[in-house]
Amino acid sequence: MRVLAAMSGGVDSAVAAARAVQAGHDVTGVHLALARNPQTYRTGARGCCTLEDSRDARRAADVLGIPFYVWDMADRFHADVVDDFVAEYAAGRTPNPCLRCNEKIKFAAVLDRAVALGFDAVVTGHHARLGSDGLLRRSVDAAKDQSYVLGVLTREQLDRSMFPLGDSTKAQVRQEAAERGLAVADKPDSHDICFIADGDTRGFLAQRLGEAPGDVVDATTGAVVGQHAGAYAYTVGQRRGLHLDRPAPDGRPRYVLSITPKTNTVTVGPAEALEVTTVRATRPVWTGGPRPDGPIECEVQLRAHGVVVPAAVTVDADTLHADLRRPVRGVAAGQAIVAYRPDPAGDIVLGSATITD
Amino acid sequence: MAYLDHAATTPMLDEALEAYVATAREVGNASSLHASGRRARRRVEESRERVAAALGARPSEVIFTGGGTESDNLAVKGIFWARRAAAAGRRRVISSAVEHHAVLDAVEWLDRHEGAEVGLLPVDGSGRLHPDVLRTELAEHGDRAALVTAMWANNEVGTVQRIAELAAVAAEYGVPFHTDAIQAVGQVPVDFAASGVAALTVTGHKLGGPVGVGALLLGRDVAAVPLLHGGGQERDVRSGTLDAAGIVAFAVAVEAAVKGQQEYAAGLAALRDDLVRRVRQAVPEVVFNGDPTDRLPGNAHFSFPGCEGDALLLLLDAQGIACSTGSACSAGVAQPSHVLLAMGADDDRARSSLRFSLGHTSTTEDIDALIAALPGAVERARRAAAPRTPR
Repeated sequence: MRVLAAMSGGVDSAVAAARAVQAGHDVTGVHLALARNPQTYRTGARGCCTLEDSRDARRAADVLGIPFYVWDMADRFHADVVDDFVAEYAAGRTPNPCLRCNEKIKFAAVLDRAVALGFDAVVTGHHARLGSDGLLRRSVDAAKDQSYVLGVLTREQLDRSMFPLGDSTKAQVRQEAAERGLAVADKPDSHDICFIADGDTRGFLAQRLGEAPGDVVDATTGAVVGQHAGAYAYTVGQRRGLHLDRPAPDGRPRYVLSITPKTNTVTVGPAEALEVTTVRATRPVWTGGPRPDGPIECEVQLRAHGVVVPAAVTVDADTLHADLRRPVRGVAAGQAIVAYRPDPAGDIVLGSATITD
Repeated sequence: MAYLDHAATTPMLDEALEAYVATAREVGNASSLHASGRRARRRVEESRERVAAALGARPSEVIFTGGGTESDNLAVKGIFWARRAAAAGRRRVISSAVEHHAVLDAVEWLDRHEGAEVGLLPVDGSGRLHPDVLRTELAEHGDRAALVTAMWANNEVGTVQRIAELAAVAAEYGVPFHTDAIQAVGQVPVDFAASGVAALTVTGHKLGGPVGVGALLLGRDVAAVPLLHGGGQERDVRSGTLDAAGIVAFAVAVEAAVKGQQEYAAGLAALRDDLVRRVRQAVPEVVFNGDPTDRLPGNAHFSFPGCEGDALLLLLDAQGIACSTGSACSAGVAQPSHVLLAMGADDDRARSSLRFSLGHTSTTEDIDALIAALPGAVERARRAAAPRTPR
C-alpha cells in the first residue's frame, strides 16, 4: 500500500513509520506544521510543533530512506482545534484538543488530502491496536493507551488508518528506535497542550476571552460564596483555586459542580454532589460492530486516563445515553464518553460521543 | 530519474571534478611562504585570472568567497557600510521586489539593524524591472542612495533584466550597482566591464563547479567593508584560508560555461521550448510565467490553476521527477513566492507554481518522463486541492 506517515518528530511516529516501511509499504513521511508562528508553540523536546520537531521528523525520515514533506495545516488547526478549544471553554464545557485534532486534522484534513493524492492510508504513532478485524483496541501498554482519543474516529476513518505500535509498550518502542539508529529514541514524551506554550491554560483563555467576573454560588444554599474572573477558567470537579469567601457550613471542601455561561455562574458543592450515574452525549460514532438496537452492557471511560466503569449504553443516530453501574465524580461536558467491550485481546472500542450532561 | 532542477544545483562538470580532486590531493596554504604554499598560491592566482578573463574583469577584481549568499551579503552590506562611512546621509538601499533572499534578507537586515532605508522597486507582470522605474527612484532619492542591487536573471521565473541599462542609470547618479548574476553566468552573455556594474555575484554550483565556492567581482575603485575579519587574504575585503581545490574547480567550470555559452544556450533553449510546448499540450490551462523570450534558456515556469505546487511536487517526486516550487521555505512550509506576488499573481496562482530547470545533463527523455507523469499528477493535485464538504 501507499501510506502516509504523520511524523511529529517524536519517537512514536518515527517507529510507526519504520514499521510501515518494514511491512513493505510505500511510505511517505509528512510533518504537520500546525503553528502559525512556530516560536509560539512549545519549544525543545516537549512539543510536537516546533522547528526542532520538524527537523527531528525529517532526520528520522532520512534515516528510514523515505520521502518527507511538511504540510501546512496551521489555518485548519487554528480554526478547528484552537478556536474550538476557546469556544468550548467559553460555553462552559471542557474540550479535549487532542481528540479534536484527530477528528478534524490528522484523520480528516490530512487523510482527505492523502487519499486525494493517491495514498491508501495514514500511519500514526498512536498507542492503540487496529487489526485486520477493523476493531480499535486498547494498547498493550495501559499507561500509554490512546484509544480514548481515537474513539471519535468513524468507520471510514479507521478503515484508512494504521497504528503499528499497539502491540508494543513505550519502552519497547524506545528500544526499537535506538536499535534502528533513530536519534529521537530518548526524546522526552510530549504532554500538555501543544499550542499553550507555557502550560498556563487559564492565562491562555483569559487572554482570548478577557476578564468576565461573576459569582460563585453554593449549590445547596444558593448563596454567593465567592467571585471569579471568568467562568471559562473552571472545570467540573475542580477543587483548587476557588478562592471562596466563606467556608461551607459543614466545613468540608467544595468542588465545581457546573458552569453556567448564560449567567456567568460557577456552582460549587460537596464532593458527593459531583457524583453522576447517568451520562448523556451527542454526535455518537459506533465502530465496534453494528449499532445495537437496545441497551448493551459495556464499560465506559469519561476522560483521558480516567477510570473505567461498567454501564448500560443506549445509542441512536444522534445521542448516546449511559447508565453507570456505579457513580463517577467529575464528569465534564465537552469530554468524550468512550464505550469499550472488555476483551482478552485488548478492550474493544465500541463507540464514543461528546458528553452534554 | 528525471532531474529538472538544475537551477537549484547542477551536476559538476567532469573537468571541474577532476581539477578539484587533483588539487585537493596537494597540500598547501596559499598564504604560506614555502614551496607548497607557493604552489597553492599559483593555482589560486591562475584561477583568478581565468575567472577574470571569462567574465570580463581584471584579476584584482575577483574576490573568492564561500558562494553566492556570501557574495551577495558582502556586496549589499559591505558597500552599504562603506558608502555610509564616506557620507552619513547615504543610507538608502535600492533593490527590486523579485530578488533572491540572499539579497532581500540582507537588505531587510540593514533596514532593521543598521538604520538603512529601503526602496524596493516594483516589477512588471513578466518580472522585469524597468530602467525608468529606477530613474524615477534615483531622481527622488539618488543623493541618499548607498547602492542599487538588482539581479541579472531571476532564479524563479527566469526573466533576464536589462542590466547594462539599469547600471547606466545608476551611474548617472553616481550610485554603485551590484547584480546577482548567479543564474545568468553560462546561460546568457555576462561581461563585468561591459555591463558597467560595480559588483557582480557568481557561484560555482549553478554552472558545473562545486558548492561552497564563488566570487564577488568588485570594481577596483569600489569600497566594501568586510563581513569576515581575519587574515585579509582577498584584497582585505574577505578573510579565510583560500580553498585552492574549490577555486580551481570553480575557475574550470566558469571558463567552460562561458566558452560554450552560446552553443549551450541555443541547445538548452530548444529543449526548453520543447518542454514548454509539450506541457502546454498536456495541460492546456497552464499559465506560463516570466518573460516569454528574454529569459534564461534553461528555465520554464508555470502556474497550474487549481493545484497546489507542493502537492504536484510530491506526486512528481514519487515518479522520479525532480522539480521545484521555486518558493522559499519557512520551516519547510511553502510560502507563496514573493516573485510571483510581485509580478501581480494572486496567492492561489503563486502557490500553484512549479519551476522546471534544464542543464547540461538534460535530455529529451527527461521531458518524456515529465510529460508522462504530469497530466495524472495535475488531476490528482486538483482533487486534493478541491474544497471538501466539512464534517
